[in-house]
Amino acid sequence: MAKIIIPTPLRKFTDNQSSFQATSGNVGEALNELTTAYPGVKGHLFDDNGQVRQFIKVFVGEDDIKDLDNNATLVESGTIISIVPAIAGGCI
Amino acid sequence: MSKLILTEDARKVIIKDAESTYPHECCGFFYGSDDDKRTVTEAIPVVNTKEENRERRFEISAIDYMKAEQYADENGLTLLGVYHSHPEHAAIPSEHDLRQALPYFSYIIVSVKKAKTAAVLSWKLNDQGRFEQETVINQNNPFDVDVFLSSFNQ
Repeated sequence: MAKIIIPTPLRKFTDNQSSFQATSGNVGEALNELTTAYPGVKGHLFDDNGQVRQFIKVFVGEDDIKDLDNNATLVESGTIISIVPAIAGGCI
Repeated sequence: MSKLILTEDARKVIIKDAESTYPHECCGFFYGSDDDKRTVTEAIPVVNTKEENRERRFEISAIDYMKAEQYADENGLTLLGVYHSHPEHAAIPSEHDLRQALPYFSYIIVSVKKAKTAAVLSWKLNDQGRFEQETVINQNNPFDVDVFLSSFNQ
């Protein structure tokens, strides 16, 4: 069972829960499990094509899933999946 | 207008980071409670990982973001938002700031002119996805509201 860490800005869509336990075997399925349980998260996590949004990264442990096997990255019991919003900006 | 209470300790950390990082942009997270009053009790600087144009851009690594969430969780705090500085520019969010802004978070922006703080303002997205200014209240002096705004407008 993998644990998905919900970033603070999205917790208003998860009844203020900071994490979600997913039973799926890979990252993509686990994220779908999350958005099925909390539909309000979906629009903030996925774009219109069902892909993870441009300014969102998904990590398994300390590894970006883009460096692993993307949504097909396998998860095991105890795996930590983090949804990480890109934080950037600037004065101009 | 929503309110953001800023403790003196947190304010000092943010201002010191903004002035010492000048002419580059600084950045960091702040933490506290968000019950009936959003109160910032602690601010922690992080590295601006932008490799170029750091005088007008900042970026925080994904690892630092995950550590910030973990720090809040382990210390019974709420991650309330992100601060950064605008060297030689107003403490007003840019289009670039807006593009990557998140709901819920407060965004404290420090205007720094010639290495000195000129304004400390806070902003938050409204339901229409636009920034609205928050009233920043100095916890040690509740009458000292938006104390730097007047100097910024001069």
